[in-house]
Amino acid sequence: MDPVLTKFVREPHSFTLDFYLQHEGYEALKIALGKKPDEIIEMVKASGLRGRGGAGFPTGMKWQFVDKKIEPRYIACNADESEPGTFKDHLLIERNPHLLIEGCLIGCYAIGAKTAYIYIRGEFFHVQQVLEKAIAEAYARGFAGKNILGSGFDCDVYVHRGAGAYEAGEETALLESLEGKRAQPRNKPPFPAVVGLYGKPTAVNNVETLCNVPLVVKNGAEWYSALGPEKNGGPKLYCVSGHVKRPGVYEASMNITLRELINDRAGGVRDGRTLKAVIPGGSSVPILLPDQLDTQASFDGIQKAGSLLGSAAIVVLDDTTCMVWLAENLLHFYRHESCGKCTPCREGTDWLHKIVRRIERGEGKMQDLDMLSSIAGNIAGKTLCAFGDAAVTPIVTTLRHFRHEYEAHIKEGKCTLPAAWRARHPHAVGAH
Amino acid sequence: MSFHPKMAYDATFHKSKRQLEDEGPAFEYTPENRARFDEIVKRYPADRRRSAVLPALYLAQYQQGYITANAIRHVAGLLGITRADVEDVVSFYTMFYRKPVGRFVLQVCRTLSCALNGAERVTEELQAKLGLKSGETDPSGTFTLLEVECLGACDRAPVIMVNDAWHECQTPEDAGRLVDDLRARGEAALTGCHHVVERAKG
Repeated sequence: MDPVLTKFVREPHSFTLDFYLQHEGYEALKIALGKKPDEIIEMVKASGLRGRGGAGFPTGMKWQFVDKKIEPRYIACNADESEPGTFKDHLLIERNPHLLIEGCLIGCYAIGAKTAYIYIRGEFFHVQQVLEKAIAEAYARGFAGKNILGSGFDCDVYVHRGAGAYEAGEETALLESLEGKRAQPRNKPPFPAVVGLYGKPTAVNNVETLCNVPLVVKNGAEWYSALGPEKNGGPKLYCVSGHVKRPGVYEASMNITLRELINDRAGGVRDGRTLKAVIPGGSSVPILLPDQLDTQASFDGIQKAGSLLGSAAIVVLDDTTCMVWLAENLLHFYRHESCGKCTPCREGTDWLHKIVRRIERGEGKMQDLDMLSSIAGNIAGKTLCAFGDAAVTPIVTTLRHFRHEYEAHIKEGKCTLPAAWRARHPHAVGAH
Repeated sequence: MSFHPKMAYDATFHKSKRQLEDEGPAFEYTPENRARFDEIVKRYPADRRRSAVLPALYLAQYQQGYITANAIRHVAGLLGITRADVEDVVSFYTMFYRKPVGRFVLQVCRTLSCALNGAERVTEELQAKLGLKSGETDPSGTFTLLEVECLGACDRAPVIMVNDAWHECQTPEDAGRLVDDLRARGEAALTGCHHVVERAKG
């Protein structure tokens, strides 16, 4: 498949309005404004576009659920890309900000909103400047603001800068943060489509999702759904990082397999090492093993293999990667990022991290392994948002597939992996 | 109100004398920042000024380097919310500093993809070079070293964020050179990889 979303990212001025207009920019907005809002929603539904943020929920359905009887309504664009391993939205905003703005405007038109807030993570300061400049350009040329393109449709697009909280990527926590509070999740239901920002109906969509909307409107639902396997249509951005030769964002249809992504696109495992495991969808999803590489990298394909596509952040791990070290690293992340609202997650992530760290340093006991499973079982499913399930995944999945490494750490008091790891990480902390 | 039958109904049990310490110099936005603040507040519905708390705090932090109790009071007053509301937010988000930080805040990403690519060695190099542990600021107030969680630049790992600029694909040697460069050229040394790419093509 030829790139669609990232077609122009390597062009020097791809982020300017002039460049965008020369390449059919804002054509979709013109088409959309000529249709009824319901027609747009039907079109997006027919295209089968699924949310690119992680859950893969059909976007058209989400828009349909937005309560059209209550005014005002909002679109909140989730640009708080914080899932470890994910960096696709960064590329889209930096190189193609007008596509996102166009997507926001069409989304607003479809659900009858007059304001879109783009919640961008605080660390993306340089990208935010690109986006704000693009929005100013769009306003100046009449693509945003009052009476857009003479259609009578008013819509404002604003950027809201976050300040360093992974949890703000959860849709209700994002809304809380946007309201000027701590980024802590709300109980669901009610879902944001009914009670969202300021208690009004709100559609929360990922950057990549909204960037897909103009493509659907411009090229039609059939063209879009034909780009991939059934129910997994459209172009998808994959973020490949870790132990590969060419880490980066790769666009493909979801027919592609993990093997093609890792070996053909990203150049394979580097330094002549062999593959040990793959995290297919960001740090929150179960790992897959080398014999599962021929899995189709689609929402449904990866789910069938026992994991999740998530944000399509593929982290490749070579044979020198210690799985206990990996679990320690990720638990450090989750312990730090737990928002503290639900007790099982706030306390549990800290306990899990302490225990894994002690095992990783060679100071663990055998009963620690059962304790890990027990604590994990007391967090998963017992929190308001999916963070709890995400936080225990590194433990559960490494314990399932690599229990022997944990046992080796405990028995030997150190890591038993090849010396090559040591060579690359000569001063690493811990038992290595 | 009382929570126990034996408690007097009208007694006030919330007698905390805790107040924000009156730390830092008097704080008020500069006229430019005040104008920017007034501009930002307009983005949110008139009865939802609280939404502007993050941008308002950023303005205070850029003006003063960190957030003092006086800054919290000023922001709270402008937004019409309590100081506790603002402190609640400040203490939650990692990008706000409640203590003075150095002119350059070096933040090394330590999460998975960066760690797989040697972020620990980059941190160690910086620790040795600056004579600091993670979380410390040097006595001259030039450098603060922090280890932070995923910055979202996993394809260009390891990444160091210096103030608001990214420096990507850092080896320990690069990180050492970056410190020298910051000492010699100050803010002019702040460029990220992607900016270099941009210049080469544009």
